[in-house]
Amino acid sequence: MAHDQAHKLAIFRGTLKFKSNVTKIWGVFVILSIVTTIEVALGIIRPAFLVDTHFLALKLLNWIFILLTLFKAYYITWDFMHMRDETTGLRRAVIWTSLFLISYLVVLLLIEGDYIYEVYKIGFIKFNF
Amino acid sequence: MEATVVKTGTEGKTWGGGNQPLKASYGKMMMWFFIVSDALTFSGFLASYGFSRFKFVDAWPIPDEVFTHFPFLHGVDAPMYYVAFMTFILIFSSVTMVLAVDAGHKMQQNKVILYMFLTIIGGFIFLGSQAWEWATFIKGDYGAIETKGGQIVQFLDKEGERVALRDFAVMATGERAEQTKENGIWFKNESEYYPSVSFEQVKEGFLANDNLLVRVQHKDEHGHHIILNREESIAKVVNDGQMVVEGANLRHNEYGHPLFANFFFFITGFHGFHVATGVLINCIIFFNIILGTYERRGHYEMVEKVGLYWHFVDLVWVFVFTFFYLV
Repeated sequence: MAHDQAHKLAIFRGTLKFKSNVTKIWGVFVILSIVTTIEVALGIIRPAFLVDTHFLALKLLNWIFILLTLFKAYYITWDFMHMRDETTGLRRAVIWTSLFLISYLVVLLLIEGDYIYEVYKIGFIKFNF
Repeated sequence: MEATVVKTGTEGKTWGGGNQPLKASYGKMMMWFFIVSDALTFSGFLASYGFSRFKFVDAWPIPDEVFTHFPFLHGVDAPMYYVAFMTFILIFSSVTMVLAVDAGHKMQQNKVILYMFLTIIGGFIFLGSQAWEWATFIKGDYGAIETKGGQIVQFLDKEGERVALRDFAVMATGERAEQTKENGIWFKNESEYYPSVSFEQVKEGFLANDNLLVRVQHKDEHGHHIILNREESIAKVVNDGQMVVEGANLRHNEYGHPLFANFFFFITGFHGFHVATGVLINCIIFFNIILGTYERRGHYEMVEKVGLYWHFVDLVWVFVFTFFYLV
């Protein structure tokens, strides 16, 4: 089974095409490094306007971190794990299942955690001693 | 007599068997489904971390103030540089792994050997870094005291710089009496956790030094821990203080809420366990490549499967990095 199907070599919805699979790997490595550097820089500087602005119960900075993480996760899965070259059926079986279950769990647990926080805060028992 | 062979009439049709609609081998597909279930395990851990954090959102430690060390740079405040280094190591070892897979597709044995070797080295560097990170976290830095309510109180000088307990606690005046079965209550054992200074020494040193303030676990609306003034600080230490905490373990954590340490140990530990098994499987595959097993087999699909696992470990680290160190 010596490499019967060709790799898809275009990323960014076809705007960036690589000549070979090896150059694509290095290209993706550069993209991931740039994104990680941005994340670390933002994490160290923590710009005040991003920290103080809230959007949907989270700091804007945290949304940026989460989006950059998902961006990195996409390229690791699609290009390093060759999800780009798999059939649509396999891709959906893996991605849709996990995305649905994980976001379901995360949303429910975070709402519940926030509710317990409110209970502690306005409750009669003081924990602040 | 008629032949008993039953024909189903589906030969060569979609449901006749022998189809591979996903065009992936059994092993590769099962590796994908294992990864899905493992991803759900990790997201369970990370979601429960988020749950606990939301529950104590105004008293959670600030990661930038916890992970501030870099090997060989003592006393230098280097928030997150070391974790960033670890992230790059893991991403880079993913790159060498995918290069090994690519070389395997082209049946270039020597290239696969080289790239697998680099991948394993990257894995070992990551594991060593994680051990160092754990050791630093367990050993602790400035030390703190814990109140009767389980809150952590940390010491600062008037400029807002952290002060270590050892720098102001008074020297011990008497000998420390060890708890033994003969001279104590028989069912009580000597505590297994001793800090280097006692609470009394810290209290005495704190009262003698007017320059010291404390800050509490709770945070103001900008996300900074609240710093008490001198009178409130004295009241807090004298009335509420109970014990000295140095470093972190599963019960006490000088950086803040104990749950932070518990999740840190559990999630990075589980991830480190995955990295360790990944290195082990990589080694097995590495020796198989050297022995020429896959040359004889005619394909390097095993490299591809272990590659999937290794990239998954990297993928998990990307999320752990975000939710433990950045957010």
